[in-house]
Amino acid sequence: MSIEFIQKYIPLYVDAAWLTVRIGIAGIVLSILLGLLCAVVVYFKTPVLRRIAMVYIEISRNTPLLIQLFFIYYALPKIGIRTDAAVCGMAGLAFLGGSYMAEAFRSGLEAIENVQMESALSLGMKSSQALFYVILPQALSISVPAFVANVIFLLKETSVFSAISLMDLMFTAKDLIGQYYKTTESLFLLVVFYLIILLPVSALGSLLERRLRHAGFGS
Amino acid sequence: MAESLLTIEHLTKKFDENVVLDDLSFTVKQGEVIVVVGSSGCGKSTLLRCINALEPIQSGKVKLSDEEIIYGSKTLAKQRQQIGMVFQSYDLFPHLNVLDNISLAPVKVQKRNKSEVREEAMELLKRVGLEDKAMSYPRQLSGGQKQRVAIVRALCMHPVLLLFDEVTAALDPEMVREVLDVMLGLAQQGRTMIIVTHEMQFARAIADRILFIDKGKIVEDTDPDTFFEHPSTERAKQFLNIFNFERSK
Repeated sequence: MSIEFIQKYIPLYVDAAWLTVRIGIAGIVLSILLGLLCAVVVYFKTPVLRRIAMVYIEISRNTPLLIQLFFIYYALPKIGIRTDAAVCGMAGLAFLGGSYMAEAFRSGLEAIENVQMESALSLGMKSSQALFYVILPQALSISVPAFVANVIFLLKETSVFSAISLMDLMFTAKDLIGQYYKTTESLFLLVVFYLIILLPVSALGSLLERRLRHAGFGS
Repeated sequence: MAESLLTIEHLTKKFDENVVLDDLSFTVKQGEVIVVVGSSGCGKSTLLRCINALEPIQSGKVKLSDEEIIYGSKTLAKQRQQIGMVFQSYDLFPHLNVLDNISLAPVKVQKRNKSEVREEAMELLKRVGLEDKAMSYPRQLSGGQKQRVAIVRALCMHPVLLLFDEVTAALDPEMVREVLDVMLGLAQQGRTMIIVTHEMQFARAIADRILFIDKGKIVEDTDPDTFFEHPSTERAKQFLNIFNFERSK
């Protein structure tokens, strides 16, 4: 292994990692919002919207991210929707992540006893107030383990971004291999950089889960 | 006589084809304590749930102070603030401590001043002997304590009517007593209450009127002494016999 090579190209990986993290975070934030919206619509059995959400969830969960990205990047421009690769990456990640987040939040919502909603309503709350003050705080803390797993899953999925010519970590590694045939070094750096991104997220997630389990609600 | 607070007219409730409440009519006067009794599945709990429109009804009217309560209507949340309801179990919010459980709705729904509400909550907690539990979470309380907090939470909204849905059914006998004592205290203050219970001695002690419901109909509507001593229907006699034991040896 050539240490010189590794030292020389670290800055390239840092830039690529920064791009991956930026798009990853933006995509994940969007997927949380989309997931929350879908979960609430399904939970309240809102007519029409509930159907749309369920169809979306099935499409999103049963197609690979790579194909979703291809669709957004290559097919949508044909019908006049043109965006740059970074926005495509974000949108693709949000489209995939939205359904996983929706399922995580939905299982949290469904775990809450119905009498919680009823006692909130009996106290004169509107359903939106009951959702906001009573149901969601409980549901979200139940959803945390699934939520953390989703965040890690989505960050790992960013490795297919190179397919739509985003200069992310995977792209950089493949590029260096193609140029210099330094396969081992390039892949070594790739693995290291993904670990640098993901290990702290995992650790933070476990910490969050532990705190919620032990400190939660005075138990 | 005091004016009527709640009027039920020809209330009919069905779950699909199954008629649960069949053309019920009665009125509740200001300050009256009504105890609803009947065997399991006779529709007593459903009746309470229809009064504050947690369930849609198929026909008839429920009126609180001459205003009709309609399932899904825009005024419903406002009307429900006037009706306190305590459930059988698990109805405190587990993620909030006792004080926040009580003050959540007065502050967020009625937009009342937070420190005033907390002061009132502490006063009410004191009255039910739980002022030292204000900062505890529901999980740290016994069943009886939870139900007393639930009652305080309902009271803090200043309701004109209180509904109790088998509030002691999930409790140990000693805890039953502490909850029933709180309810007796409320009756003495002149609160208007509708109570569904299986505690017959308690029913007799607290009720101004007993409603005996069977198969979704009001079979007897009378004062407690008459109901327990001289029930006029065969069905009520059968029902009351369940609570009598004869020596077996």
